[in-house]
Amino acid sequence: MEKAEFEPNIIAFCCNWCSYAGADLAGTSRFEYPTNVRVIRVMCSGRMDPIFILSAFRWGADGVLVTGCHPGDCHYVKGNYMMERRFEFLKDALSHLGIEQDRLRLEWISAGEGEKFAALIRDTVTRVKKLGPSPLKV
Amino acid sequence: MGEEPRIGVFICHCGVNIGGVVNVPEVVEYAKTLSNVTHAEDNLYTCSEAGIASIKEAVEGHTLNRVIVASCTPRTHEPLFRSACEEAGLNKYLFEMANIREQCSWVHPHEPEKATEKAKDIVRMAVARATWLQPLEEPELEIRDSALIIGAGIAGMTAALTLANQGFRVYLVEKEAEVGGNLRRLHKLYPTMQDTSEILEPTIKAVKAHKNIQLLTSATISEVKGYVGNFDVTATKDGEEIPLEVGIIIVACGALNYEPPKGLYQYGVYDRISTQLEMDELLREGKLGKPERVVMIQCVGARKGEIRALGLEGFPKSDISRLLGKILKAKKEEGWPYCSKICCMNAIKNAILIKNQSPDTDVVILYGDVRVYKEYEDFYSKARDLEVRFVKHIEEATPEIAKGSGDKLIVTAYDALSGREMKLPCDWIVLSTPLRPRKGEVLLARMLKIPISPDGFLMEAHLKLRPVDTQMDGIFLAGVCSGPKDVSESIISAKAAAARASILMANKKMRTEALTSVVDEELCIGCGLCEEICPYGAHWIEEGKSKTVEALCRGCGACAAECPKRAITMNHYTDQQVLAQVKAALIPEGIELR
Repeated sequence: MEKAEFEPNIIAFCCNWCSYAGADLAGTSRFEYPTNVRVIRVMCSGRMDPIFILSAFRWGADGVLVTGCHPGDCHYVKGNYMMERRFEFLKDALSHLGIEQDRLRLEWISAGEGEKFAALIRDTVTRVKKLGPSPLKV
Repeated sequence: MGEEPRIGVFICHCGVNIGGVVNVPEVVEYAKTLSNVTHAEDNLYTCSEAGIASIKEAVEGHTLNRVIVASCTPRTHEPLFRSACEEAGLNKYLFEMANIREQCSWVHPHEPEKATEKAKDIVRMAVARATWLQPLEEPELEIRDSALIIGAGIAGMTAALTLANQGFRVYLVEKEAEVGGNLRRLHKLYPTMQDTSEILEPTIKAVKAHKNIQLLTSATISEVKGYVGNFDVTATKDGEEIPLEVGIIIVACGALNYEPPKGLYQYGVYDRISTQLEMDELLREGKLGKPERVVMIQCVGARKGEIRALGLEGFPKSDISRLLGKILKAKKEEGWPYCSKICCMNAIKNAILIKNQSPDTDVVILYGDVRVYKEYEDFYSKARDLEVRFVKHIEEATPEIAKGSGDKLIVTAYDALSGREMKLPCDWIVLSTPLRPRKGEVLLARMLKIPISPDGFLMEAHLKLRPVDTQMDGIFLAGVCSGPKDVSESIISAKAAAARASILMANKKMRTEALTSVVDEELCIGCGLCEEICPYGAHWIEEGKSKTVEALCRGCGACAAECPKRAITMNHYTDQQVLAQVKAALIPEGIELR
C-alpha cells in the first residue's frame, strides 16, 4: 500500500493588527491554501515569547510561522523589530537542538496582503513537506 | 483559576458560508466531548437576534462562565458577542471567538472533510484558551478639560479656536516668534484666488483675543509625561520652563516646502530659477515683470525613488540611447516618494496669476501627470482657456537647464507624445516642489510616542477610519504634519481633531484598555529591560522594582516576552492562555505526551 503523504502541522502566530487581518482578507477574497495551518492570534509579534515557539516544536509542530506588520508599520511602534531580533537567535538555538532552521519562518504581512498570506501558507507547507516530519516528532 | 470553567460553545453556520463547507453538527458533537464544555449548539446565524438570545439563555440556563462563538473573525463581530455576554451578566473578557469562516471555510471550500477537522481543531484551541481566561476590568480615568496645541499655523489656530469656543482651556505653543505658519508666505489661495490675509488675519486676531487661549510664541516643547487625560508637559520659552497640565494634545506642527539642493535643475546656480512658493512671493511683491516665457517643471523632488515603466516603442533610436543615459541619472535624483497633491494646483494658480498680470507671457507647464481633483478640474480648464500650455514630458528623462544667449535660460526636455527632444528658451523657471516633513518632528514624535509613516510624516491611527487620531489615546493630528493638504483640507482636519478631542474632555472620564501588563513584584529583579523596551514608557524602575502605569500600556505584550524572570503577565494574552492554544493545536485531547 502506498504511504499516505506527509501532512505537516504548522502553527502560525499572527499579530492582531496586520497579519491576522491579512489572513482574514485571504478568506474574504477566497484565496485558497492548504489546511495544514492553525492560526494563533497575539496582539503583536513583539509578544512572541521564544517559549511559545520552542513549545510548539516540543509539542510536535513541523513548522512555525510568525507574521507581523511590515517594518515601520507596527501598531505598537517597534514590536516587529523585537521579534526580528529574537528570530535570529531562535534560528541559532533551533539548529543547536537539531531542528532545521527553515522550520521557523518570520514574514511581514499587511492587512491588505490577503494574497500574500495565502501564497505564504502554500509556500511554507511545500517547504516543510520537503523537510519531512520534525525530528522532535516520533 | 477560581471557579470551575463552564464553557458554552456556539457554532455558527453563517448561512452556507460556514455550513456549506464545514460539517457544523459534527463540530458541535465534537465540542461536547471536550473538557470543561458544558453546552454546545449550532446556530444558523449566531449574530442574529435569535442567536444572541440563545447565548443569553444558555448562559443563564447552564450557568456558563465562559462563552465561545465559532464563526467569523473577531475583528468584526467580537464587540457584538462581548456585549451579549455582558448583558447576560458575564465579564466580556470571558468571551472567546474561534474564526472558522475567514480562516477555514472560505479558504478551504474544496476540502470539506479537512476543513471540518480544522474547524474542530480551532474550536479545541479556543476551548483550551477559554479555560484560562480571566475577568478583567477597564480602569476609569479622569480627563482634564484643557488642551495643548503644538504649532500655531492655520491648522493649530483653527483647532485652538474650535476648542476655546467650547469653553476648554487651550495652550497654543508656537516655536517661531510669529503665528501663521506657512500661510504667512503665501499670497493667494486657490481656487478662490482670495488673499491669504483674508483668512489669516481674522484668525490671528481671534486667537490673540480669546480669553480661553494662552498663546506661547518662540516656545518649544521640551518634555511630555503622563497619558490621556493627564499629560504633564514642559514648554520652554527664553530658557524658562513652563509646566502645562493638559488632558489632550493636538499636534499641528506643519510641514516645510521642499527646497531643492543647489544644482538640482540648476537651482541656486542661475538666477531666475525659483520654487512655486518663491514665485508666489515674487507675484505678491509685483517683482516678476513681463517675461516672454515662464517654464514650470512639476514633481521636482516628488514621486521619486522608483522608475515607472516606460513605453519606448516608436521612439527614434538615437533618442532611446540618450534617454536611457538620462533615466539612469534620474534614478539618483533626490526627493520624496509621494505625490504632494497640492503642487499641480499651486502651479496652475501661479500660471493664472502670471497670465492675469502679463497676458502675453507664454506659460509652459512640463508635467508627468496633472492631478486636479474635485472642483479643481474647472480651475485647470480656466488655465487652459487662458492659454497656459500643459506639455507632458518624459519625467524619467530629467529636463536639463542651460544658459542661452543673453539673459535666456534653455530647458531641454523630451516631449512624451513625439518622444522628441524639445528646447524651450525662457526667462524664468519655476520648480513645483512638494511639502516635506519637518526634521524636528522626529524628536517630537518620540516624545509623544507616536509613529512616523514611511513617507516621514506623523502617522494617523487608521488612514480611513481614524484619520486624525494617533496610536496614543488623547493625541490628535491636525494639518500637514500628517501629510500634504491644502488650506481647506488643513482646516477640515483641524476641526476634526478638535471635535475628537472635545469628546474626551466633554465626557470628563474614559475607560481604557483592560489589555495591560502586570508586574509580579516578588519575581521582579529590577533589571530595567521592560523600561528599556516599552515603546510607551509604561514601565519604569522605582526602588528596584518595575512599576506600571496601566493608562500608558497599550497591551503589545513585548515586556512579557522579554522579561528574563517571567515576572510580567500580559493580561488576556498570558503565557498559559497562549501556550494552552499551542498545545491544543498540536495535541488532541486524550493523547498524553510522552
